[in-house]
Amino acid sequence: MSRDKMLLAIREALPKEATAIPDYQPSATSFDVVQKFIDTLVGIGGAVIKVSSLSVVNDYVIKHFSGQRVVSLVQGVDSYATTLEADPHLLENVALTVVPGAFGVAENGAVWITDGSMGDRALPFIANNLAMIISAQDIVPTLHEAYQRIGADGYNFGTFIAGPSKTADIEQSLVLGAHGPKSNTIFLLA
Amino acid sequence: MDYFLSGSNFGYLLKRTIFDRNSVMKVGLFIPCYVDQFYPKVAIATLELLERLGIDVYYPVNQTCCGQPMANAGFEHLSDKNNKLFIHNFTGFDYIVSPSGSCSLHIKDHLHTRGDDSAAAAIRSRVMELTEFLTDVVQVRSLTSRFHFKVGLHQSCHGQRGLAIAQMSELVAKPFSKSESLLKMVGGLELISLDRKDECCGFGGTFCISEEAVSVKMGKDRIADHIQHDADFITGSDMSCLMHLDGILRRQKSKVRVVHIAEILNAQ
Amino acid sequence: MMGNQPTQDHATRAEVFNRDEARVDWHDKTLWFIRQKRDRAAWTIPDWEALRDQASAIKDNVLSNLHDYLISFEAQAQRNGVVVHWAADAEEHNEIVHQILKRHQVSKIVKSKSMLTEECRLNEYLHDHGVEVVDTDLGERIVQLAGEPPSHIVLPCIHWKKEEIGALFHKHLGTPEGNADPTFLTAAARTHLRQSFMSSKVAITGVNFGVAETGEIVVCTNEGNADLGVQLADVHIACMGIEKLIPERKHLSVFLRLLARSATGQPITTYSSHFRKPRPGQEMHIVLVDNGRSERMKHHSFKNALKCIRCGACMNTCPVYRRSGGHSYNYAIAGPIGSILAPSLDMKQYADLPFASTLCGSCSNVCPVKINIHEQLYQWRQVIVQAGYVSKQKEVGIAAMTAVLSRPWLYRYAGNVGRWFLKTFPTLASNKINPWAKQREMPAPPSQSFRRWYQDNRKKK
Repeated sequence: MSRDKMLLAIREALPKEATAIPDYQPSATSFDVVQKFIDTLVGIGGAVIKVSSLSVVNDYVIKHFSGQRVVSLVQGVDSYATTLEADPHLLENVALTVVPGAFGVAENGAVWITDGSMGDRALPFIANNLAMIISAQDIVPTLHEAYQRIGADGYNFGTFIAGPSKTADIEQSLVLGAHGPKSNTIFLLA
Repeated sequence: MDYFLSGSNFGYLLKRTIFDRNSVMKVGLFIPCYVDQFYPKVAIATLELLERLGIDVYYPVNQTCCGQPMANAGFEHLSDKNNKLFIHNFTGFDYIVSPSGSCSLHIKDHLHTRGDDSAAAAIRSRVMELTEFLTDVVQVRSLTSRFHFKVGLHQSCHGQRGLAIAQMSELVAKPFSKSESLLKMVGGLELISLDRKDECCGFGGTFCISEEAVSVKMGKDRIADHIQHDADFITGSDMSCLMHLDGILRRQKSKVRVVHIAEILNAQ
Repeated sequence: MMGNQPTQDHATRAEVFNRDEARVDWHDKTLWFIRQKRDRAAWTIPDWEALRDQASAIKDNVLSNLHDYLISFEAQAQRNGVVVHWAADAEEHNEIVHQILKRHQVSKIVKSKSMLTEECRLNEYLHDHGVEVVDTDLGERIVQLAGEPPSHIVLPCIHWKKEEIGALFHKHLGTPEGNADPTFLTAAARTHLRQSFMSSKVAITGVNFGVAETGEIVVCTNEGNADLGVQLADVHIACMGIEKLIPERKHLSVFLRLLARSATGQPITTYSSHFRKPRPGQEMHIVLVDNGRSERMKHHSFKNALKCIRCGACMNTCPVYRRSGGHSYNYAIAGPIGSILAPSLDMKQYADLPFASTLCGSCSNVCPVKINIHEQLYQWRQVIVQAGYVSKQKEVGIAAMTAVLSRPWLYRYAGNVGRWFLKTFPTLASNKINPWAKQREMPAPPSQSFRRWYQDNRKKK
């Protein structure tokens, strides 16, 4: 069994004394978190729409995605779905999904979401367009605060999503919509 | 041991810097082998410059090479005799100063002896590249030299990244450059800026031979950056890099020439 | 650069790459552009250097506690419902993966980018066993269609021009001839690969980070190909080098701040997915691979290379890599980091790589985990020479040089020393013609050496 062999080899290779991890206090940030979040996300191909209520989101969805399949996981936004198909492959025709985000990160424009709020884990990746809703109060400056906030959360699957799926593999030309959503819109509730 | 007092006749007549506690300081002049052989004028300029600043400089005439070409080629294990010779030549100086960042760095990082390492350790802590010596020890604040040309500075890698003669473009840190500060004291000199301020020139010791194609391409690109910004001269604190660039410039029949920083700082 | 003949060493392959100078210029500028983006991203974090220090310190801690962390990681992962496998080498890794595929009776799978599977040559192994692997990262798919290995760990087809990709897609995907528009080609690849995503029962991913505390793994992509593959598959196999562990979840903040900024200058990759438990009904496997890593840990000079988080920053900044191309290294991981990783797998085969550097040190400066890459290149040279993996000619040349330079009288009397030097130095190369003078003028020997001048002008005083 390689397990024991490997562990033995690793044990033998360890130095006599283990090194400790020094305390690390990231320097305080001075930027405006909401503005920084917006600037950063727009800079990486995302879009931010400030809204005062969910009904504005609802209007937006109806206006831009009428006649197309929308899966909303936010009550009050069309088309709110309480259950989804068991087979994630059937989500391939979803034009837009609206997902509640947990919080945003100003320094990189990412929004954290976990499996509990994404209906099906495939949904945020297979839908053609992804929208997430977060409150303007739920934006932290950097990833340090982000992980403090996540803490020991017992999610099964969690992900930071920052902007639309993208690639620059062909001569460094940025193309949005590589395999996942072609657009990423954050509705900022304030 | 051949140590000869050489500074006393020159220094007094010239403008002194704030550095004036040199009466007891002894500086050993460490001239890289290829400078000794091909570029004696660089060594002369270094010697005269230090003398001008009122420093007592000694040149141990039995010196040969720091051992870097062999060590960088993977033959550090053969360098024992060479190291002993170096230690023999340079023990007893307050500072060992060299017009080469690369050779200074090699001594600083790799001069060792088997057994008692104390003599080697003393030298490792005292070896300095010329511009860092002028900046940190002599604390030169002004120079009388003049050089009426547009000059591009090739910041050689070992001096820069190894000895921290200048801030490195990769690091998030305050900019500074000891060589640039000195060049800015030279009358008439116009320092040009470069697109890539600290890209390697491709010399790399035996690399320039064993990886000829890439080495030359790197050199050509480095030169193009200087030419694009109208340099008359390319200067730097490593003659090895400049020798490589000069070889390409002359093959290209370019008007641009190379000049060691010691020659500029010593130009009257 | 397609269809290069397999050649001897890095220098020879680099020389071939340099025959098309315009292409070298293009390659160099493309990568320098990424280096500049990296610089700008680094400068957005005022305490960037402290962050690098911290990342390096965390990895030091990992390398000195790896045994316990692995046991903790395994226990947590198992508690999460993940099957953990242990592979001592590449062969065992490939067998483990193949056994899982056999059990599920699949003949086609999707795989997102994993340098470990490149290192283990998993694709070839599975191909030989009747399984088709579809690489789903766009760049990887491009080189896969072309029958090449990636030339860069983050940008697999950075050496390809869009016109060539257009022609490749025309041949393999049936896109219109002559269309080289990146947006169009990416859309074509999306459609092409979507079919594979929709039909694959098994998805393989690499692992960017494994968390000892929680048993979760983190996979970072921009395209979303890892997530799409995994979330649509019945089985997720994550292949992971043992050095990918970090102690705690909170340490991800340090590494995720550094990774994308160092790699491409982005503030973070589009997706940073934390896989802790499989989806209900899904199987999740983690294959822990040693393949020389524990052996390397014993080497004081070289163990720091295990800190690598595969960002590729050292390649983008390397003036040699930019002008020789990834394939000149002939190893799955090219550039400076590849040159210190490869020799520990096969010192003889990769003896040339540590010499493919000027030791300029830029690689060490951009490295987000502060691996002393250029110092390790120097150390590898010593090890390789002592092991006897250099040409006899070079050995003789260096020995002669050492003999002269360690004897002042010989140095002085080696004829006209300048000429001696000129004759000796160039013969260190294997080529008969003088490689210095091929594209450079020789320095003109002066009338006298400095030593002679000194004795004439100073000694007399």
